[in-house]
Amino acid sequence: MEALSPRQAEARPERAAADEPAHLTRADRVELLRAMLLMRAIEARALTLYRQGRVPGSFYDGFGQEAVSVGAAFALGPRDRLCPLHRDLGAHLVRGVETTRILAQYMGRASGVTGGRDGNVHFGDPSVGVMGMVSMLPDMMCVATGMAMAFKLRGEARVALTWFGDGATSRGDFHEAMNWAGVQRLPVVFVLENNQFAYSTPLEKQFAVDPVERARVYGFPGVTVDGNDAEAVFQAVRVARERALAGEGPTLVEAVTMRMHGHAAHDDMRYVPPQLLAEWAARDPIERQERRVAALGVDVEALRAEVDAEVEAAAAEALAAPLPDPADATRGVFAEGAPQPLGDGRAPWSGFAPAEAPA
Amino acid sequence: MATMTYLEAISDALREEMRADERVFVMGEDVGAFGGAFKVTDGFVEEFGEARVIDTPLAEAAIVGAAVGAAVVGMRPVCEMQFADFVACGFDQLINVAGKTHYRFGLAVPLVVRLPSGGGFSGGPFHSQSPEAWFMHAPGLKVVAPSTPADAKGLLTAAIRDPNPVVFLEHKHLYRRVKGEVPAGAYETPMTARIAREGSDLTVIAYGAMVHAALEATADLDGASVEVLDLRSLVPLDEQAILASVAKTSKVVIVDEANETCAAGAQVAALIAERAFEQLDGPIRRVATPDVPIPFSPPLEQATIPSVERIRDACRDLLDY
Ligand SMILES: Cc1ncc(C[n+]2csc(CCOP(=O)(O)OP(=O)(O)O)c2C)c(N)n1
Ligand SMILES: [Mg+2]
Repeated sequence: MEALSPRQAEARPERAAADEPAHLTRADRVELLRAMLLMRAIEARALTLYRQGRVPGSFYDGFGQEAVSVGAAFALGPRDRLCPLHRDLGAHLVRGVETTRILAQYMGRASGVTGGRDGNVHFGDPSVGVMGMVSMLPDMMCVATGMAMAFKLRGEARVALTWFGDGATSRGDFHEAMNWAGVQRLPVVFVLENNQFAYSTPLEKQFAVDPVERARVYGFPGVTVDGNDAEAVFQAVRVARERALAGEGPTLVEAVTMRMHGHAAHDDMRYVPPQLLAEWAARDPIERQERRVAALGVDVEALRAEVDAEVEAAAAEALAAPLPDPADATRGVFAEGAPQPLGDGRAPWSGFAPAEAPA
Repeated sequence: MATMTYLEAISDALREEMRADERVFVMGEDVGAFGGAFKVTDGFVEEFGEARVIDTPLAEAAIVGAAVGAAVVGMRPVCEMQFADFVACGFDQLINVAGKTHYRFGLAVPLVVRLPSGGGFSGGPFHSQSPEAWFMHAPGLKVVAPSTPADAKGLLTAAIRDPNPVVFLEHKHLYRRVKGEVPAGAYETPMTARIAREGSDLTVIAYGAMVHAALEATADLDGASVEVLDLRSLVPLDEQAILASVAKTSKVVIVDEANETCAAGAQVAALIAERAFEQLDGPIRRVATPDVPIPFSPPLEQATIPSVERIRDACRDLLDY
């Protein structure tokens, strides 16, 4: 797949998917579906827990956007590093973070990924190569840029990838990271998750020119893909990663999708026209992948049931997990001893040569 | 031992660490072939190459953010802010990303941000600030501020080797003005206070350039025996050393070059009021820059940054109390 110009891609959103199915085995395509099903089931369960008062604070989800985090993370190797955002639970799942630790995280339990120190999807499991996000958007673009700079400095064949929203493109860190990555031709992939809204703010109040078009002026390509097609997102990121590994620098991948829920659980999103939601509902990323996988003869119902059972068991375990010890609140502000850098994560894509597999 | 300026000692520490540890690299605006605005990295590109002496775009948020990214994948970045004042543009990355990461999920962020700080030479409101208190208030950041060449080298070495983000305040006015004996080879200065001069009648607590002002102000103070405590590190703050000195002298003057409200000295004063009240033989006195931007014109600037005379007056007052 060559880099599509934004206009081309918009005209043919399905194209990337149909392009190179050769890169995805049957098992890969099922795995993409499984990760998306898992993400949705976890977030649905978490929303119920939230409404039952079991999830403190607020709750953000990526309902309808599963293809973006799952598809992009699926293209990453074990030694690549990721900075996911608040609608990117799928990235954590692809890397191998256990469901029960995620649900415990939402409920502020001691066994959650941050042990109750942070909530929601504000976490990263360093052992699987994931740096947790901060709320300030899109700070992680600068951090991913620095990871890529270190890879280049050390001559390592690795990439860094981060996601960010349409709203986040208005902040200065977007410009600083894009410019820096372009100047130094760094092996970084920027995935713009264009879900039509930033909280209640629609795209037309966010920018005069689609950010994907800005990539060119920073000196690297911007491509638009159908963000509701996991295979299309995968292909775009796979190509971007190869470009990065070949020393050709960054790529901006704009995944066009729709935030199907409110900004957070409290938001009834009255500002979204129902017609728009209906249109996007007809393009659900999970249903699309289910149709593909069913056509391969896979029992999709059985897969769903398996995922649901996994989430139920994980929820029971998380609900039984203890809350943190209040004495722990003041511990761990500072690191002691030799720093342990981010570790390697799960990289389930079949396309990775054994040499790229974790040691 | 060699005699070095404060600036040379900083360069020396950087050079030694870069020679010894290939994970250490420097980045910032004009730090490469140009050698940095103050020439701290003069000659570094020749020795270490452009890959490890990185001229960055003019982008403080990205400098700090990229340092975080490099740190969490195994590097030891040392960033230079061209002037401490510009760290305001990278503030968010330092406070929210660097400072909170270890607490949130146990990931260490070993990096150093060097801040050429302080006034005294008509730098004006944007090239004279002493912003250390901003960072003392942000959990997860260490804050150090050496006053001598030997400590500048040892504290920078300690900062680079520390597994946490460290804000390193290097006072611009000391760069070439202060010379001293600096041990050869690498060594770490502990992040604790140092008694700059022993005394028994009064303690002056200061750090950075104000240590020199305090020493000068009290060198000959009507025969009084004045102790000068150089904090060296603001986070961690050496509470034991502060309390021990106050217990010995019972009178304390705290000097800040920073703006008075919520300055490091305010924290020191609170500590003494809370934990050494019974040992005090007079009110805690503070000498600090009033809460104004540092003005440009010499008479205005001199009216703000604590002078030797103001420190001396405060000490005399308290001795007479
Ligand atoms: C710098 C900053 N300002 C404000 C906020 C509050 N906030 C949280 S999410 C959000 C909208 C983000 O929109 P977008 O970047 O499009 O991401 P999305 O939530 O749509 O995925 C806002 C304003 C924030 N997190 N960061
Ligand atoms: Mg958005």
